[in-house]
Amino acid sequence: MKTTLVWTIQFLLIPALSPLAVGVTRKLKALLQNRQGASPFQPYRDLAKLLRKDEVISRDASWVFRVTPYLLFTLTVAAGASIPLVSTALGNPATGDFLVVVYLLALGTFFLALAGIDTGGAFGGFGSSREMLVAALAEGGLILALLTLALLGRTTDLFALAGGIASLPVTDLAPVILAFVGFFVALLAETGRYPFDNPATHLELTMIHEAMILEYSGKRLALIEWSSANKYLLFTALGANLFFPWGLAGSLALGEIALALTVFLGKALVLCAAVALLESTIAKFRIFRLPDLLFTSFILSIIAIGLIG
Amino acid sequence: MTALILSPAGFSAIIAAFTVGALGALLLGRHERAAGLWGNLWAAGGSLLGLLYSATALITGDVPAFGVATSFPLLSLSFRIDALSAFFLLVISLVALVSAVYALGYVRHYYGRYPLGSLGLFTNAFIAGMILVVTAHHALWFLIVWELMSLTSYFLVIYERREPENIQAGSLYFIMTHIGTAFIILAFLLMYGATGSFDFGAIGRGMAAASPLLRDGVFLFALIGFGAKAGIIPFHIWLPGAHPAAPSHVSALMSGVMIKTGIYMLVRVCTDFLPGPPPLWWGLTILGSGAVSSLLGVLYALSEHDLKRLLAYHSIENIGIILMGFGSALVFLSAGFTALALLGMIAALFHTLNHATFKALLFFGAGAVISQTHTRNIEEYGGLIRSMPQTALFFLAGSLAISALPPFNGFFSEWMTFQALFAGVGTFSLVTKAVFLLGVGSLAFTGGLAAACFVKAFGVTFLARPRSPEAGRATEAPLSLRLAMAALALATLLLGVIAGGVSRAVGAIVQALPAFQGGALQPASYTLLRVDTGFAAVSLPALTAVLVGVAAAVAGAVHLLTRGRRVTLGRTWDCGADLTGRMEITATAFSRSIVTVFRGVLKPTGQTEIDYHDARLRYFPKSGLVRLEFRDIWAQFFYQPLQKMTLGIAGQIKKIQVGNINVYIGYILVTLTFLLIMLAARP
Repeated sequence: MKTTLVWTIQFLLIPALSPLAVGVTRKLKALLQNRQGASPFQPYRDLAKLLRKDEVISRDASWVFRVTPYLLFTLTVAAGASIPLVSTALGNPATGDFLVVVYLLALGTFFLALAGIDTGGAFGGFGSSREMLVAALAEGGLILALLTLALLGRTTDLFALAGGIASLPVTDLAPVILAFVGFFVALLAETGRYPFDNPATHLELTMIHEAMILEYSGKRLALIEWSSANKYLLFTALGANLFFPWGLAGSLALGEIALALTVFLGKALVLCAAVALLESTIAKFRIFRLPDLLFTSFILSIIAIGLIG
Repeated sequence: MTALILSPAGFSAIIAAFTVGALGALLLGRHERAAGLWGNLWAAGGSLLGLLYSATALITGDVPAFGVATSFPLLSLSFRIDALSAFFLLVISLVALVSAVYALGYVRHYYGRYPLGSLGLFTNAFIAGMILVVTAHHALWFLIVWELMSLTSYFLVIYERREPENIQAGSLYFIMTHIGTAFIILAFLLMYGATGSFDFGAIGRGMAAASPLLRDGVFLFALIGFGAKAGIIPFHIWLPGAHPAAPSHVSALMSGVMIKTGIYMLVRVCTDFLPGPPPLWWGLTILGSGAVSSLLGVLYALSEHDLKRLLAYHSIENIGIILMGFGSALVFLSAGFTALALLGMIAALFHTLNHATFKALLFFGAGAVISQTHTRNIEEYGGLIRSMPQTALFFLAGSLAISALPPFNGFFSEWMTFQALFAGVGTFSLVTKAVFLLGVGSLAFTGGLAAACFVKAFGVTFLARPRSPEAGRATEAPLSLRLAMAALALATLLLGVIAGGVSRAVGAIVQALPAFQGGALQPASYTLLRVDTGFAAVSLPALTAVLVGVAAAVAGAVHLLTRGRRVTLGRTWDCGADLTGRMEITATAFSRSIVTVFRGVLKPTGQTEIDYHDARLRYFPKSGLVRLEFRDIWAQFFYQPLQKMTLGIAGQIKKIQVGNINVYIGYILVTLTFLLIMLAARP
C-alpha cells in the first residue's frame, strides 16, 4: 500500500510539478530584474491553452516528427520515476541505475534532434546540430559527476546512492561539492539554460532548443514544452537529492514521506533560485566558448574522483 | 544427434557447402542469375550448418577436436572448437546467413556490370576462411587460412574494379594486412623457438614457463599483427578505404565479423598461448589503445560524409569499446580479481556480438540506399523515409543500437563495459586508476558523439526533402534486402531486452576459458543484468515495460484531452522563401560545429581563397573557394616517414647490385667462406 503510494508519487511528482518549477524560476527571474512577472502558475495555463488548439504539421515531416513529443514525454516521466524523489527506502534495481537515467534522456535528445531535421527548415537542422554538440559534450561531465558519487556511495543505484551519500562523514564531502559544480554545469547545458541557451527567446542567433521545436504547434508543442519542464525538474531533483540527500525519508512511513516532500520542495526552490540568479547576472556565451565550460565540468569531476583516493 | 553434428563430418559439411557454393558459382559464371543464386544459397546453407554446429557445441559444452595429418612434417590440419571458438563461429555464421539472404537481392545491381561468378567464389571462400580461422588449432594451418581470409577479402575489396579508388584502397589493405601477418608470423616463430611446436595446445603448455621478456615480445607482435586486422588506431588506415569499397553485404561481413577475428586471436594469445596472470602493462596498453581508438574513431566518423566510410570509422570506435572491456579484464586478471575480469570479458564478447548485428544492419541499410541512389555521398540523399519507409525504420533501429540507447542491445554491452571500468576506477590507484578513468571519459564522450553522428547519418539520409533527383526517384528496397534487415533489427532489439539472459550465456563461455576459471558468476536472472558485487543492476524487460506503459498512458490521455482538434498540413516556415532541398542542413554543416571544437585532433582545413570586389574594405566577396578536408595526421606523421625510411634503406641496399657478374661471384665466394668459417667454429 505504502509502496504503491510512493511509486505513484515517483511517477506523478515530476510531471505534476515541473510547470511550477519553470514558473517559479521565471517569477524569481522577473523579481530579480525588477519586473512584476507572470504568476508561477502561468506555465499550466500555457499548456492548457496549447492543448485546446488545433495543430499545423509540416508537409515534409515524417512519423519521426509526429512521434517525438510523445516519446520525449514518456522518457522524461520514466526517467523521473527512476530517481529518488522522497524516499531512499524504495529499492529500484530495475531502472534506478544512473547510466539508465542518463541514456534515457539521451534517447529523448536523439529523437528531438531528428525531429528538428525532419521538417527540412533551415533553423531546425542547425538547432539539432548545436543541441547534439552540447549534449555530446555535456554527457562526459554528467556521467563523471555521478560516478564520483557512485564511487563514494559504492553503488550506481540512485536510491541506495542517496542513502550512501547522506551517511558520509562531513570530512568526505569535498569531492561531492566539486562534483556538484561539474553537475550543475551539465544541468545548465542539458536543460538549455544560460549560458548555454536562452529559454525565453526565439531569436535565431541564440537558440538551440527553440530552433528544433519551431515547427511544433498545438498538443505536440504542449507535450514538448512539458517534457522540457520535466527534464528541468528532474535535473533539479537529481542535484538536490543526490548531492544534498539530507531530508530524504529513510523509510516508507507516511509522516516521513510528507516531511521529505516538503524538504524536497524547499531544496528544489533553492536550486531554481540559483538558476534564476545566474540567468539574471551573466550573459549567454558564444557557442564555441561552451565546450570550454563543458570540459571544465568534466575536469572538475576528474579532480573529484582523484580526491577520493 | 549432437554427436553427429559435432563430428568431423559435421564440420566438413560446413566447409563443403561453401566449397560447392564457391566452385559452382565460378562454373555458372556466364549465367548471372544462376551464379548469384547458387553462390548465395550455398553460403546461406553453409552458414545455417555453422549456426547449428556452434549452437550445439555451446549448449552441450563439448569441445570437438580433430585433425588431418599432411605429408608436410610440420603442418597438420587440426581443429579444436572450444567455447570461445564456438562463440565466434556463431557470430560469423549469424552475420553470414543474413548477408547471404541480403545478397540474393543485392547482387542484382551488378548484372551486366561485374561478373557474379567470381563474387560468389570469393564470398564463399571468404566466409569459409573466417570459419577456419576461428577453429584452426595449429599455427601453420592458421596462417594458411588467415591468408585465405585476407586474400579473398582483398579480391572482394577490388571487386568493383573499374573505380580507381577501390584499387587504391585494395592495395593499401593488401600491404597493411601483410605487414600484420608478418608480425603474426614473428609471434608464432618466437613461440616455436620457445616450445618447439606449432600446435596451439602445446604452445599454451610450453609458454607457461617461458621468460617474461619472451612473453612480452610475443604479446607486442601479436598486438600489432592482430591489431592491424582489428583496425586499432594507428593501424587502422586501411579500414576506412577497404570496407566501403567492397559490395555492401561483404562490407557487413568485413566490418561485422572479419575484424573480430583479430580480437579472437588477441584473446587466444593473451589467455591461452601465454597462460598465467598477464603483466599489468598488457591490460593497460590494450585498455588505453581501446580508449584512443574509440574516441578518435567516432570523431573521424563525424567528419565523414561518405555513408559507408562513416560506418567503417564506427567499426574502429566499436573495436575500441571491445578492447576496453578486454583490456580491463586483463588488468583485473593480473591483479587477481577474477570475478571483475569476468565482467570485463563478458562486456567485450557481448559487444562483439552486438556490434556484429547492428553494424551489419547499418551496412545493409547503406547498401539499400546506395542501390537506389547510386552514390555514397550522404549529401545527395534526403527524404528517403517516404520512399523507403521500411529501410528507414531498420536503419533507425541500427542507429539507436550503435548510439548505445536503451532498450537496444548496444546500450547493454556499453553499460557492462562502463561497469567494468567503474570497478577499475574504484579498485586501483595512481596510474592504473588514471588509465581506467581515461577509459570512462572516452566511453562517455564516445556515446554522446556517436549519437550526434547518427542523428546526422539518419537525419540527412532519410529525413526532410530529397537533395538530388536520384534521391527523389528512389523506391523501397527489394524483399530479400528488407528481410535481412528486419531480422537484424529484431535481433538488436531482442538482444537488448533479454540482455540479462545473453550476458549469462556469454558468461558461461568466458568461464570455460582457463584463465577465467574460478571467477564466481552470480546467477543473474534472465530479466536482470547485474554486476556481481551488487554495485549495479538494470532490468531491461522492466524498463521496456515502464516505457511502453507510460507511453500508452500518455498517448491515451492526450488523445482524450484533445478530441476534436484538427490537424492541418502546412508548409515549413522559412521566412517566406520557397523551400528547396538546398536550404536543409547538410551533413558537413551538421558536424562542422563538433569538428571545430575538436580541430586540434581533426585538423580541418578552412576557406582557402577569397576574392573581393573591394580589396581594401573586404566587405563584398566576389568568389571564394572553400576546401573542406581533413588532414590525415596518421598518414602524415607516421606512415609517410615510415615509407620514406623504408625507401631510403632500400635505396642503400640497392647499391650492392652493380650488374657485373664478377661481383656476384665474389658475393658467393664471401658467403661460402663465411659459412665455412661458421661451420668450423662450431664446437
